[in-house]
Amino acid sequence: MSSIDYSSKIPNNVNLQDDRTLQRALEGWLPNYLDWWQDMGPTGSHGFDVYLRTATSTTPDGWATFGHVKMPDYRWGIFLAAQENERKINFGEHKGEAAWQDVPGEHRANLRRIIVTQGDTEPASVEQQRHLGNTAPSQYDLRNLFQVNVEEGRHLWAMVYLLHKHFGRDGREEAEALLERRSGDADNPRILGAFNEETPDWLAFFMFTYFTDRDGKFQLNALAESGFDPLARTTRFMLTEEAHHMFVGESGVSRVIQRTCQVMKETGIEEPAELRKKGVIDLPTIQRYLNFHYSVTIDLFGADQSSNAAIFYSSGLKGRYEETKRSDDHLLKGDGYKILEVKDGALVEKEVPMLNALNEVLRDDFIKDSLGGVNRWNKVIEKAGLSFRLTLPHKAFNRHIGTFAGIRVSPEGKAISETEWAANVDKWLATEEDRAFVASLMGRVVETGKYANWIAPPAIGINKQPVDFEYIRFN
Amino acid sequence: MSVAEIVLVKQHLIDPEVCIRCNTCEETCPVDAITHDDRNYVVNAEVCNACGACLGPCPTGSIDHWRVVDRSKVFTLAEQFGWDELPTVEEAGATTSDDSLATLVGAEAPPQVNAAVSPSSTKPPHSAAAPQTNLHGVKNPITATVVGNLRLTAENASGDVRHIVLDFGSLPFPVLEGQAIGIIPPGVDTNGRAHHPRMYSVASPRSGEREGYNNLSLTVKRMTEGDDGQPFHGVCSNYVCDLKKGDTVQVTGPFGSSFLMPNHTGSNLLMICTGTGSAPMRAMTEQRRRLRAAGTPLPGKLMLFFGARRAEELPYFGPLTKLPADFIDTCLAFSRVPDQPRTYVQDRLRERANDIAELLRGDTFVYLCGLKGMETGVLEALQSACTAAGIDWPALHQRLVDEGRFHVETY
Repeated sequence: MSSIDYSSKIPNNVNLQDDRTLQRALEGWLPNYLDWWQDMGPTGSHGFDVYLRTATSTTPDGWATFGHVKMPDYRWGIFLAAQENERKINFGEHKGEAAWQDVPGEHRANLRRIIVTQGDTEPASVEQQRHLGNTAPSQYDLRNLFQVNVEEGRHLWAMVYLLHKHFGRDGREEAEALLERRSGDADNPRILGAFNEETPDWLAFFMFTYFTDRDGKFQLNALAESGFDPLARTTRFMLTEEAHHMFVGESGVSRVIQRTCQVMKETGIEEPAELRKKGVIDLPTIQRYLNFHYSVTIDLFGADQSSNAAIFYSSGLKGRYEETKRSDDHLLKGDGYKILEVKDGALVEKEVPMLNALNEVLRDDFIKDSLGGVNRWNKVIEKAGLSFRLTLPHKAFNRHIGTFAGIRVSPEGKAISETEWAANVDKWLATEEDRAFVASLMGRVVETGKYANWIAPPAIGINKQPVDFEYIRFN
Repeated sequence: MSVAEIVLVKQHLIDPEVCIRCNTCEETCPVDAITHDDRNYVVNAEVCNACGACLGPCPTGSIDHWRVVDRSKVFTLAEQFGWDELPTVEEAGATTSDDSLATLVGAEAPPQVNAAVSPSSTKPPHSAAAPQTNLHGVKNPITATVVGNLRLTAENASGDVRHIVLDFGSLPFPVLEGQAIGIIPPGVDTNGRAHHPRMYSVASPRSGEREGYNNLSLTVKRMTEGDDGQPFHGVCSNYVCDLKKGDTVQVTGPFGSSFLMPNHTGSNLLMICTGTGSAPMRAMTEQRRRLRAAGTPLPGKLMLFFGARRAEELPYFGPLTKLPADFIDTCLAFSRVPDQPRTYVQDRLRERANDIAELLRGDTFVYLCGLKGMETGVLEALQSACTAAGIDWPALHQRLVDEGRFHVETY
């Protein structure tokens, strides 16, 4: 790897050409990354030319360069959002001090942990989604899947850059370990639970990109407030790409709903079993998928009370969502926050110090944001003149982390017995049978401009291209 | 209000049905024109300068919507917050719906709200140099040092127009003739929010106000009265006109990717301007003058129509009159000379109708910049010049617009 043309092969704005230390670290890591991509990246994609967006700089016209690209030749780059002049730390005990350009010694271990945890999710989702290319409902969707995959790959690069640049030997070892863990591997799994679940079909993929990538959005937003400026700038740039992933999720689910509603209107059928015979996914099944992905995702925010979260905040490492738009003192020492606990078999509110409840604060922001898209999905159903409505389940439903772990709560938020849970769980969470049915619809559609029967075409193409554009050249 | 007084603007809107509320546009906007509530993302028409920086980063395609509406009836933020879907063209009271920046009139217009009502090319001349745009936004402005501030208008003139020279030291800030930059006035507005940047066209060529130096010049008029003639204190123009040598200013940009000059020396330039609209014309003229001074053969012709109240109020009057006639054909029009009839640029155009028609038959690029009031008259004069010469003006006009040869910026 001695002859890398850094400026053209690895688009960057971190002065890679002149940074010998960083070059050496990357030269060691890059072959292993490419091996990982070959082994764990999208299956069967190697010969395709895919209409992809590549970031070649951070200016508005540079970071969205569109064109057909051979997948393994995608140019993963390293970008930090533009530096804000004289940026300050905006919260915690260092509030008002100049933002750190280097890792402060006393926060090194915590920062490394934050970066590794974030970095681990990026290759994990590529691994989870690697077989989906075999069942894409259209070229447009296959292109979106690959775009999500290459950008998750770039997000891994972004975190590896921080590890290489700022954490010395420890950082290089952590960067290697990011390529060694595997989603769902019993011996060496990914760090967070939801990233070890399979993404077996395209409805699951859309739900994952809507909910789980939205967790990414909120974590990245919290890190974009960090007093460690390189982390803040890296994550700020990643957010522009993360937005595309949530678009794939929101519009994907919306198109599935739209197609189902269209068939319901045309045939007058509302009975799920009968609708399934028409080759579309009935709305209650969509609700059960939603319940699963939502509940698994809100576990990702961690325990509802966490001293780590308090430490990360007070030391200026990780802020709240839109920290600088909030009007409190940004220290939060005397502030309280209402969380839920189970008392005598019922869910009741209790006030705890806000600093310890920051995971819950971020989770509640996520919930509010998630609800917006669900309401927009309901508008599609409403427009079709149907009475069904999708809902978010209660935040205590199907939880495995925090106060609600091990407690059974219905989607409406009622604490229930194990017997009652067992009797109803098939109504609430996608069953094996649901998944088998959805899987039965998944057949690959490769013709330009054709879409599978179970999903509507998009309202608008990518980069103003028509919906029947040749997004993939299969060669 | 009579028809003639209606000012149409292209208002930028976001489609709430397609938008996923990802915040990317708000984060990207270099002038902070985009905001949101719990329901919608919306664009403030008073601030948006149609620079297009938000278009590429939007993942959904919801961002690229435009309605031509009467300036007094632009959709307010409150209205946009309440939408479930975009109003139809008819609901908007709009004359056309142009769902693409590609058809936006004068997308690179320096004023906050572009007032151009006639068609303008959305692509640059085919031989234009590739512009750099949006290198610096409000979050990361570049600092420039004032190295010159010269009054261009005579002491007894009513208007105070200044030639401002900004130096960027060792920081790269490449601009082309016809591009604009933003200047952020210091301090806060009456709501306690930081001032948004104001746009100014660059008046110097690509090689610098002083050749080989990393500097540029602006032509700035001190605003002391509003459109209605009432006293009005222009926050930024007064700030800029009062700058002293050695002061530093916060700059954004460069902006603009279509109002650019052709690089091929055989091309003719027909330049029509009033007042500070002369800035891009000065830049283009000076670029050609430097080529000539360096011995480059220049087969293309330059023709300039320039209007002001009086010679004393015409920026760059002195240097302009010293340019040789075989280099540039200059026609000045003065509208407030005592004891003389008021003459406007369109009157001079009519006098030179034959020459203009001849020029338009060739490899010519047309530039209009200045007060919006001149637009209709100038277009009529061009039409009559062509008609008299047997040229089908509507067809020619359309071809010029389509080929990146007809650029309009008015305010």
